[in-house]
Amino acid sequence: MQSLTQRAKSVDRSPLSWLEKIYVWNIFKGMLITFGHIFKKKATIQYPEQTRPFSPVFRGLHVLNRDEEGRERCTACGLCAVACPAEAITMEAAERLPGEEKLYREEKYAARYEINMLRCIFCGLCEEACPKDAIYLSETFAPANFSRKSFIYGKPDLLIPDPVTKPEEFKEAKGLIEKKKKSKS
Amino acid sequence: MSISILALDWAFVIEKMVLIAIVISVSLIVAMYATYAERKVAGVMQDRHGPNRAGPFGILQPLADGLKLFFKEEVIPNNSSKWLFILGPCLAMLTAMMTSAIIPWGGTVEIGGRMIDLQIADINIGILYVFGVVSMGVYGIMIGGWASNNKFSLMAALRGASQAISYELAMGLSLIALLMLTGSLSLKTIVEQQINSNWWNIVYQPLGFFIFFVCALAECNRAPFDLPEAESELNMGYHQEYSSMKLGFYLFAEYINMFISCTIIATLFFGGYDMPFVDESKLSGVTALLTGVAALFGKTFILIFVFMWIRWTLPRFRYDQLMNLGWKGLIPLALFNMVLTAAIALYTMK
Amino acid sequence: MLFWFLTVLALGSALMVVFSKNPVHSILWLIITFFAITGHYILLNAQFLAIVNIIVYAGAIMVLFLFVVMMMNLNEISSPLKNKWLKFAGVISGCSLLLVLIAALKDTDTMQQEVLLNTGKIGLINNLGTVLFSDYVLPFEISSVLFLSAMVGAVVIGKK
Repeated sequence: MQSLTQRAKSVDRSPLSWLEKIYVWNIFKGMLITFGHIFKKKATIQYPEQTRPFSPVFRGLHVLNRDEEGRERCTACGLCAVACPAEAITMEAAERLPGEEKLYREEKYAARYEINMLRCIFCGLCEEACPKDAIYLSETFAPANFSRKSFIYGKPDLLIPDPVTKPEEFKEAKGLIEKKKKSKS
Repeated sequence: MSISILALDWAFVIEKMVLIAIVISVSLIVAMYATYAERKVAGVMQDRHGPNRAGPFGILQPLADGLKLFFKEEVIPNNSSKWLFILGPCLAMLTAMMTSAIIPWGGTVEIGGRMIDLQIADINIGILYVFGVVSMGVYGIMIGGWASNNKFSLMAALRGASQAISYELAMGLSLIALLMLTGSLSLKTIVEQQINSNWWNIVYQPLGFFIFFVCALAECNRAPFDLPEAESELNMGYHQEYSSMKLGFYLFAEYINMFISCTIIATLFFGGYDMPFVDESKLSGVTALLTGVAALFGKTFILIFVFMWIRWTLPRFRYDQLMNLGWKGLIPLALFNMVLTAAIALYTMK
Repeated sequence: MLFWFLTVLALGSALMVVFSKNPVHSILWLIITFFAITGHYILLNAQFLAIVNIIVYAGAIMVLFLFVVMMMNLNEISSPLKNKWLKFAGVISGCSLLLVLIAALKDTDTMQQEVLLNTGKIGLINNLGTVLFSDYVLPFEISSVLFLSAMVGAVVIGKK
């Protein structure tokens, strides 16, 4: 049969020569190959100590972003929930009361914001849909758990650390987002 | 009879007892670390690290494995014959241990006016004793496989038995050629001859060594001859129904067998406790002894490495290929080697 | 003392060979019998004979027996001896064999001889080889020819 690609290799069906028939020489060649592999670089990544670098376009767990003063950016418009093809996002809006300006940037905010991580397909459409830069996909994945309920992530799980009270952790989380933004553009 | 018991040389008895205890514990430790070494060798040959979590470099891994086996649940199948089921691993372990009795681990040393031989028993029939015990080792597999009342175990047991018998023949024939040169069955004498002559026996018997080595692989049920425990086609082989420490005994016996057979190969073909390029007679008693022991263990460990190297290189034989190689390949080759050696020995003796 | 222990072991396990219901068990008892006999050889200082007994009989032949029995999967259910007359004939032929053996061994001079306990040298491999190839060379060769013909016969049957 004519080969369509140039990659196919035809198998050599010629009868074995005397040297090949006694096998010993071929066995010896095989053993040299395995011996050579002793000195090759190990492919193992020692997991808990080392982690594999993520690809620049990796989409992981969601993060609800804050602005520089530590106010939540989300305004509970519901565009992310609409955009979500897996219908993993639900939210409940509430009106910002006087005195809460330090907490929420807009007059309306999400009192409850839940993402079901078992439903989520990590497509990133919520990130695209958000008009307020409030939701981002980070470079982590959901850890294993024992119950289905614990995979419904609420606001405490999703919110980025407060830049005012916990600046270092915020920086770390922010850094991941910045890197992401750079890779996108 | 009672008089003769009282007249025993008690120092002799104590010396031998201590020696037996040392030899058994050393072979147990070596077998333990052979499991570790096996996994390490497999790892590095497949570009992995191997066990490295339990302790530094994972050296506590065999202890952890042993502990795990001890705490596993003991399962004895309902329809098995219970006594034979227990007897199987015991026999395997017993025969594995018994072989070490005649290996000369080192030279003779004088301690407190007594000449102490680092050999449990220097018996007249020497290497034949090893053959006898090895042929007993088959029963451990057969009884265990049959008593499990499982057709896979039975198949594996039958394979193991036929394999052991077939390769014992070629092994014996290759050994006869060697014995023609040494003229003695005693391992001690064979080692001393190699020390006194210029060359080790492998120089005179390269073909014999090759046959013996291949047969030793088959006798130890090591890859590429590990048909009795072929995971892919027989689930687990003869120890499929075994759990807990009884399984551990089987696995352990296998590694002890490997250690002992490597020691025997080192003794027969590589000069035993003869340290190369060192003249033992110039060293003082204890130093000579220690270099001897170190030399024997060094050779043994190199051979064990080769065993593992082969295991992680070659795929398993098919059953008919195994039988063809044994009966049509190795036995004629061993016969040829025997006749050739006899002819040369006759020619040079004249 | 050791002699009596081995004798009792040999006879007892030989009886168990006959009386055990399961063929695999009787083979295992037969192996124990061989071991007891090996012990006797060692008592006579016939180390070579002892080890050959283990290698050939206990190690190879009995493994083949076990092999065949396991392959045919004989169990307690199948007891082929249903015929009463067959049993009777078996007992008679066994007893007559015993009688012949006793009659043959009664007058031999080995009974009168002192047993060379632990001192005999004939069982050691050097002496045995010398004797086999000098005094008994003809019977030795004849038996080897016999074995050769048996091997050829086995191959011929196997080729069919």
